Amino acid sequence: MSVGIEVSQFNAWYGANHALHDINLHIPANQATALIGPSGCGKSTFVRCINRMHETNPIARASGTIRIGDLDIYSDVSPVEVRRRIGMVFQRPNPFPTMSIYDNVASGLRLNGFRNRRALDEVVERSLKHAALWDEVKDDLKKKSGASLSGGQQQRLCIARALAVDPEVLLMDEPASALDPVSTAKIEDLIFQLKSQYTIVIVTHNMQQAARVAERTGFFLNGRLVEFDSTHKIFTNPGDKRTEDYITGRFG
Amino acid sequence: MAPHQKTSRAKHTWRIFANHAATGVAILSTILVIAPLVAIFAYLLYKGASSLNLAFFTQIPKPVGEAGGGMANAIVGSGILLALGSLLGVPIGIGAGIYLAEFGRGGKLANFVRFTADVLNGVPSIVMGIAIYSLIVLPQKHFSALSGGVALGVMMIPVITRTTEEMLLMVPNAIREAALGLGVPNWRSVLSITLKTASPGVITGCMLAFARVAGETAPLLFTAFGNNFSSTNINQPIDALPLRIYTYAISPYDEWHRLAWAGALVLIILIVVSVSLVRFVTTRGVLKGAS
Repeated sequence: MSVGIEVSQFNAWYGANHALHDINLHIPANQATALIGPSGCGKSTFVRCINRMHETNPIARASGTIRIGDLDIYSDVSPVEVRRRIGMVFQRPNPFPTMSIYDNVASGLRLNGFRNRRALDEVVERSLKHAALWDEVKDDLKKKSGASLSGGQQQRLCIARALAVDPEVLLMDEPASALDPVSTAKIEDLIFQLKSQYTIVIVTHNMQQAARVAERTGFFLNGRLVEFDSTHKIFTNPGDKRTEDYITGRFG
Repeated sequence: MAPHQKTSRAKHTWRIFANHAATGVAILSTILVIAPLVAIFAYLLYKGASSLNLAFFTQIPKPVGEAGGGMANAIVGSGILLALGSLLGVPIGIGAGIYLAEFGRGGKLANFVRFTADVLNGVPSIVMGIAIYSLIVLPQKHFSALSGGVALGVMMIPVITRTTEEMLLMVPNAIREAALGLGVPNWRSVLSITLKTASPGVITGCMLAFARVAGETAPLLFTAFGNNFSSTNINQPIDALPLRIYTYAISPYDEWHRLAWAGALVLIILIVVSVSLVRFVTTRGVLKGAS
């Protein structure tokens, strides 16, 4: 079951740097939502706030509320619990290098004390199938290291790893920016399939990508959410001059 | 021929020369690194191999004047001392290294611990022996294997701490974030992910510390003390290879000199064997493509 995300009056800082100003938005369930904007505009900071990874930086601070479903993730639960329910895929593929493909996918459950072997087998197979990687790796599951795969395969492995803990929301921070076009296309296909089961938030520098995969798009600039609307509206008839300038390439 | 072509040919020749020169220096340095070890080993073989026989490994020392005898008690004693030392030094060293790299980063306590470790690393081993003598041997009123093991263990701590810290800091932050992002508690991520990723380097650090203290004589003089008979009681004085070599080497007897050479040869072989064994055991089961 997936849920929507409700953000209100959200602010974030790195030391004295006010990185996010009064963010308010509603991210609907079972859709892909894209966040676009120039480098340093706060979109990565924002997704890192949604699963409380932001605060792993010792100088980082945040205020405001973020709810997933009925749950206020900043006051009702611990960060560890939040991250179990909100999975994340990072910009650069980061499989655990000492682990096999199987162990990488099983890691989230195993490190939380889950030991049932047969159930793990099923979860690993299902997650790898979901991430469209199963056919490529099924013969080497326990023989090869996750780090031995190609970059695109590694990223799909990381998606499988995130799916294995059965999150409700999947955050993707520029998941295809380090990949070639073929691998990028595979990741985009994947997002298309996954959004029937998960709420997906994807940060991207690539506006075509946002247009291809997302129902809704938000435009960030200098730490503020300038505009948030249906992707179609943002790319064809933006309400804000700055959004129009950005998507037509006049700055950024 | 145009002038710019001439200069480019001269540059080309220079580059080839510089390339060969740099390669030459690197090869020479490599030889200089290997040469002392090979020389020491060859000399030990030359001096000590003829005195090696089964009795050397199975018998305890004979009194002066009697031929034969061996260092069985010293070999066993060294093993016990190093086991005690590792039991103390490895967990504390790794624990402190984890604290420095993962929890104390940049904090005052971490800087203090790091400074202490560096100073401890520079304490002369004879001073370590005297310190443990006054802390353990004097209150107990007798020499013991235990006090010798503690002396070796304390010497291992700073080396292991600093290498563990360095190796953990080399693990990319992306790996830590991956674990935290899966909803893994921080302590679990540190132990099962970060430390595991750094483990080849951490193990190398432990082996360096082990090899270093395995040949130490000074810290054992006032602690383990030495023993002419077999003992496995950690509350009694115990023999050790470096102590036995030291006693025999400064004695006036030719027979003992020969045994000292043999002992040195055995010590260095045992160190090489144990380090290789640990390396073999810990690198088994490493996966294809894992860095």
